[in-house]
Amino acid sequence: MTQHSTQHATFVIERDYDAAPARVFRAFADLDAKRQWFTGPAEWGPDEHAMDFRIGGRETNSGGPKDGPVHRFEALYWDIVENQRIVYTYEMYLDDARISVSLSTIELKPKGKGTAFRITEQAVHLDGHDSPEQREEGTRGILEQLADALKRGA
Amino acid sequence: MLNYQPALDQVYAALADPTRRAMVERLSHGPVSVSDLAQPFAMSLPAVLQHLQVLEGSGLIRSEKQGRVRTCRLEPKALQEAEDWIARRRSLWMRRLDRLGDFLAAEEKTKRPRNKDRK
Repeated sequence: MTQHSTQHATFVIERDYDAAPARVFRAFADLDAKRQWFTGPAEWGPDEHAMDFRIGGRETNSGGPKDGPVHRFEALYWDIVENQRIVYTYEMYLDDARISVSLSTIELKPKGKGTAFRITEQAVHLDGHDSPEQREEGTRGILEQLADALKRGA
Repeated sequence: MLNYQPALDQVYAALADPTRRAMVERLSHGPVSVSDLAQPFAMSLPAVLQHLQVLEGSGLIRSEKQGRVRTCRLEPKALQEAEDWIARRRSLWMRRLDRLGDFLAAEEKTKRPRNKDRK
C-alpha cells in the first residue's frame, strides 16, 4: 500500500476585489472574519479553526464530510507585511496521512479603490493521495489550458 | 450521470491532441468538408481521417456525406458538457475566493461603527 511518490504543482489565482487592501488583509488576519469564508464545501459540517496570525504563528483547521476522512490543514506563517503580503507554508492531512506540503504567497496591491489579489501556491503532493482538492489543484493547469482552448473555439 | 463519464473521457482524450484541437477550432466557425479540413495539416489523408474518427467517436463532431463530399460539423453539446465539468471542478481556492468576495461585499453593506453582531 505504501507506494511513495511525489508530484509538484504550482498555480496562481488572481482576483480583483472592490474592497481596499486593508479590508482584504483583515479577512486573512482576523479569525472571526476568516472563519466566514475559509471553509470547506458547504455540505461539510462545522470545522475547527484556530489561528495565531503573526510571523512564526500557526493556524490549524480541520473538518470534512460526515463519514470522513478528516481534512486537516496545518500552517505556519513565515512573512507578514500588513495590507500587502502573507507567506505561509502548510501541510494537508487526510486522517493521519500527509498528502501535501505547500508554500502559499498572498499579495495585495491597491487597484483603484479596490485590491488586486494574487495567490501563488507551490506544492508537493505526496504518495498519490487523491483528495478532491488535490485533484482540483493538480489538474487546474491542464483544465485552464483546455478552457482557454474551448473559449477560443467557442 | 454514470454513463456520462465515459463520454467525457472520450471528449477529453479527443481534445488532448493539438491537431484535433485545431480541427475543432476550425469547425467552430462552421461546417467544413473533410478535404478543406485536411488542407492546412501536413499529414496524409488517412491520418486526418483517423483524427476525425476520434473526434466523431467522442461526439464532438458529426459528419455526413452528400454526394462525394463528406462534411464535418461541431456538436456543441459535447463541448458544453466538457465545459460544465470544468466549471464544477473550480478549485477549492476559487470557491474560497468567491466566498471571500461575498464576505467583503456583505461586510461593506452592514458597515456600522464597531458593530459586533454577526450571524
